[in-house]
Amino acid sequence: MTAPIVVDNHPLDRIIRSDRMPHIWCPGCGIGIAMRCYGQAILEFELPEEKHVVISGIGCSGRVAGYMHLDSYHTTHGRAVPFAVGLKLANPELMVTVFSGDGDLAAIGGNHLIHAARRNVDIKVICINNFNYGMTGGQVGPTTPKGAYGTTAPYGNPELPFNLPYLMAASGANYISRWTTLHVRQLKEDILYTFSKPGFTFIEVLAPCPVGFGKSNNIEDGLEEMRLYRERCLLADKVGVHPERLEIDLRENQPIYIGRFFDRNRPPYKPTRVEAK
Amino acid sequence: MTGSTVLSGKHFIHGDEACAEGAIAAGCRFFAGYPITPSTEIAEHLARRLPQVGGVFLQMEDELGSMAAILGASAAGARSMTATSGPGLSLMMENVGLGIMLEIPCVVVDVQRAAPSTGLPTMPGQADVMQARWGSHGDYEIVAYAPWSPQEMFDLTVRSFNVADHYRIPVLLMSDEVVGHMVERVVIPPADQIEIWGRKRPKATPNGRFDPFLAEDADLIPPMVHAGEGYRIHYTGLTHDERGYPDMSAETHHRLVTRLVEKIRRNADQIILTEGYYLDDARILVISYGCTARSARRAVREARSRGIPAGMLRMISLWPFAEEQVKALARDMDAVIVAEMNLGQISREVERQARRSVTGVFHAGGEMIPPEPILNAIREAAA
Amino acid sequence: MRVFARTPLDIARIATPRGQVYILPERCKECQMCVVFCPRQVLVISHLKNSKGYHYPEIAPGKETACVHCEFCGLVCPEFAIYTLALDGEAR
Repeated sequence: MTAPIVVDNHPLDRIIRSDRMPHIWCPGCGIGIAMRCYGQAILEFELPEEKHVVISGIGCSGRVAGYMHLDSYHTTHGRAVPFAVGLKLANPELMVTVFSGDGDLAAIGGNHLIHAARRNVDIKVICINNFNYGMTGGQVGPTTPKGAYGTTAPYGNPELPFNLPYLMAASGANYISRWTTLHVRQLKEDILYTFSKPGFTFIEVLAPCPVGFGKSNNIEDGLEEMRLYRERCLLADKVGVHPERLEIDLRENQPIYIGRFFDRNRPPYKPTRVEAK
Repeated sequence: MTGSTVLSGKHFIHGDEACAEGAIAAGCRFFAGYPITPSTEIAEHLARRLPQVGGVFLQMEDELGSMAAILGASAAGARSMTATSGPGLSLMMENVGLGIMLEIPCVVVDVQRAAPSTGLPTMPGQADVMQARWGSHGDYEIVAYAPWSPQEMFDLTVRSFNVADHYRIPVLLMSDEVVGHMVERVVIPPADQIEIWGRKRPKATPNGRFDPFLAEDADLIPPMVHAGEGYRIHYTGLTHDERGYPDMSAETHHRLVTRLVEKIRRNADQIILTEGYYLDDARILVISYGCTARSARRAVREARSRGIPAGMLRMISLWPFAEEQVKALARDMDAVIVAEMNLGQISREVERQARRSVTGVFHAGGEMIPPEPILNAIREAAA
Repeated sequence: MRVFARTPLDIARIATPRGQVYILPERCKECQMCVVFCPRQVLVISHLKNSKGYHYPEIAPGKETACVHCEFCGLVCPEFAIYTLALDGEAR
């Protein structure tokens, strides 16, 4: 191989809207990586592609719905989860995935997120956590670590962030894991696993946001943030880390725990049926 | 009541229950709502009935989730509905806009109570009617009906589903606490006599080339595709082109919003419903709707018995507004009176359309407007 | 240090995979993740640019046969702009 062969299509083009490539995400953004893992999982899963539905909210992560070659719904801010709940319960044969960001799911959408987890509705949630509101320029969000900077926290974030796996565990989700966009093989396997897992599944994906988060926090580019993940991440699934300790702190020498945290078998939500008298 | 789908026959039930039965009869199989007086009985009744007919009942965590859930269910092909009152309608407004932009049908029942804010939860009002028209942001047209009896709660619920499906739009059923809680005779027809209109479906097969938001017909309604049918359509609240792809151009935006608005305006005469009483030789016109129209009709009858040539136009549809009819009628009248349980909302529309001043019989809400003040206004106008 | 390695019994049969890199230059945004995370350092950023001005990768000098089709570049690329396929029938 003296040179890469230049082509104009990619093996995953059948599951993305290749007529819309290149996508809008910044150089170094991790959302495309997570989307690629999702697309690959769809192709590897036994369900026909037409039975997959992706629903997203508002934000950079929310743009995923527009790039997937599936029935897709780009809804309002925070309301992807209840939209997905309605859609799934109206047609339970569909595989319904919510693909959205940390702000959309855990701030404005927080109430819907915890209730859908409580009900254990059979929807698959992929939460891209890039620690800020990227689309609007890098404001702090519910997962921004304390002390990190954002355009609405020029002196450092005074607030503590959510520990999303802990929140989801307390709410009742059947499956909870966290990966980063560096852990691509594990992420794809995990998404594939959740397709077969009944009930509410939640995968938190840490992703670089060089222009939103990195710019305010001395992380030079997406690559640098990926290196940060490589240094700081520790697999926690077999080690028995208490969910309380799954908080993310991006300061030096603090581990970021990743892995499969919860895999439970609470019964998924089933609408009531009664016999007519 | 038994578990049959359509409970044909004569009933003596309250408006909320009639509305719920209307939904079931219309084929509604998905309800997501949140308890709020005075609409809670609709949810409670459907919680009992939907499991009997294979439907889904969800009590959501709030009204925002309810509105989103019914849009999602409708996107999957179900006839879906929610029921609320003023405070809940305010919360639902953003997603009413989503329903309009995505052209997803659904029915939203607002059993109005005295407002603003928490107001008088157990007492009637009619002050949400302008919100029904303009509550969401942006330019759009909406369809809203105002029933005045439990029978109309049934009939107009069925009609709302039909209009929603046909025009691919959320339809608001603007009831009020009096109509929702009054108990009256409701006749439910046999199932085969209940008209059900379907959604326009695509001619193209899933593998064919298909622009889901291209409205080729004169009615400007594009065919509807549901999730899982294989068409792989992208629905977005962003301004989009005929393919459904986001398109950040002023030209596309103007074209899209104009079509969404014209879709209703052009077909308004199919949607508008009114009822006239004693209009043929009337010189004084009373316009009213909902529970207030019951008092207005009584006032008009009283006036007639005293020899005053009064007539009434009852708005059954509030939006789109019956402009042509109101303009034509009001032109020749000596006086136009609008009676409504708010401080003047539909009256403004009447004034604007008829280009004349209008006498208002207003009350901020809490109590039905009795016939007397309306009769007094008629008598003053006749004097 | 004692070396415990033994010659595997199937060494004649099992070969290290060899890969061919394919790129879609117009999609590349020069994030360099493929370059940095390649376990064999097969790629470098070239001097060539796509129409948006981003430099896309090329094969590093001397690395023409180094690709082992681990596919990591394709897995980690956010842009659907690179992938590898196995070069069949070439054993090391």
